[in-house]
Amino acid sequence: MTAMDNQTIKPSKDQIIYANLLLIGMLSGIVIMTITYIIYVTGLLPSHIDMSVIATNWGKNINDYLEITQSPHGWGWLYLLGKGDFLNYIGFTLLGVLTIICYLVLVRGYFRKKYWIFFTISVLEILVLSLAASGLLGSGGH
Amino acid sequence: MFYVMSCPAIASATETMVGGAPLKPWWFWPVILFFFCLILGILAVMAGVGGGVLYVPLVSGFFPFHLDFVRGIGLMVALAGALAAGPGLLRRNLANLRLALPVALIASTFSIIGAMLGLYLSRLNPNLIQSCLGATIVGIAFLLLFSKNTEKPVVTKQDAIGLALGLQGVYWDDGARESVEWKTHRTLLGLFMFILIGLLAGMFGLGAGWANVPVLNLLMGVPLKVSVATSKFLLSITDTSAAWIYLNRGCVIPLIAVPSIVGLMLGSIIGVRILAVAKPKFIRYMVITVLLFAGLKALDKGLGLGILG
Repeated sequence: MTAMDNQTIKPSKDQIIYANLLLIGMLSGIVIMTITYIIYVTGLLPSHIDMSVIATNWGKNINDYLEITQSPHGWGWLYLLGKGDFLNYIGFTLLGVLTIICYLVLVRGYFRKKYWIFFTISVLEILVLSLAASGLLGSGGH
Repeated sequence: MFYVMSCPAIASATETMVGGAPLKPWWFWPVILFFFCLILGILAVMAGVGGGVLYVPLVSGFFPFHLDFVRGIGLMVALAGALAAGPGLLRRNLANLRLALPVALIASTFSIIGAMLGLYLSRLNPNLIQSCLGATIVGIAFLLLFSKNTEKPVVTKQDAIGLALGLQGVYWDDGARESVEWKTHRTLLGLFMFILIGLLAGMFGLGAGWANVPVLNLLMGVPLKVSVATSKFLLSITDTSAAWIYLNRGCVIPLIAVPSIVGLMLGSIIGVRILAVAKPKFIRYMVITVLLFAGLKALDKGLGLGILG
């Protein structure tokens, strides 16, 4: 292996930061998800939807389910954080925003190095993911 | 897996669904689902396939949950698996960021469209989406069976787009004890293929590793190790965008989502340990057979034939 190979085989600094952020975020997400689920199923916090009601309706399509259970969509769950079932959304959301956070590291790196093609691609990706996360697309209408 | 599906608990519970009303307590299906996903996670690792691609057809076929929820949770399952694998692949420089970024932008954009289309079609005619899912799963089973990936494809000349994007690299092959240089060709066609992959991933809630790897490896000429690693990393981006659509729509029910995600992740950890002593080839054929059966079952259900029950 040549010295040059050694240079290119090694991951870049930004790639390492990306990997570290991903690892911390992913582990936190799984731990939070597990803790909030235990809080939920043990009834430490009251649920917005009774578990037996969920079990009766999980065979119905999403529109009927939302109507019957009076569940929020989009970011409406934030108003129900005091409820055991919607507390679980903290973990889901963390997993969902993780890639957006990691991309911010890449954007900074590409900007510094003046890699404009990849800077643009990364910015566009953040916009696409943020648009998906915003709830503006396809979250309406029961 | 055959045992799990034919176990008396699952069989009797299915029978107790009378008129859509479950007679079992609320915790029954989440507990069964957890153990089912644990086994699914073990088998997925040993068969070399993603958890999401097994989760959606099998859970929608054998559990009482509507396909809307199964697809949403399937994406969360695939996302969690990809996020867990990502750090290691990036640190070892096996997942290539330069290769992943342009491809991810295309796939994630179209997976949003796929997710919205999937939810729209599901509302319009649930049988249509069920039939399409069945046909896709049957196609995936055949793809897994017949696709012969190449360890180190020969790329004589890099095309202009690959060159402009700098889609080339070097990785250290531990087995061969050598550094391997690679570059892409047929890049434009490959990028177009990710439009279709994104649509399918979003529409059916499937992790798209089964499609990413052949396109990167066989079409674009990326070495198999880099293709597999980049594909896994890619899922963490593609599935994020589609998962948000399902999450915002309310398709991720915590009661069944958490046992699925945690079960599959624990299963994957156990699977990696078992891999050293098991015969993965047999497991792979078994999983492909089950996948084929699940696909045919979904097709049968969607078309209303009633042949497979």
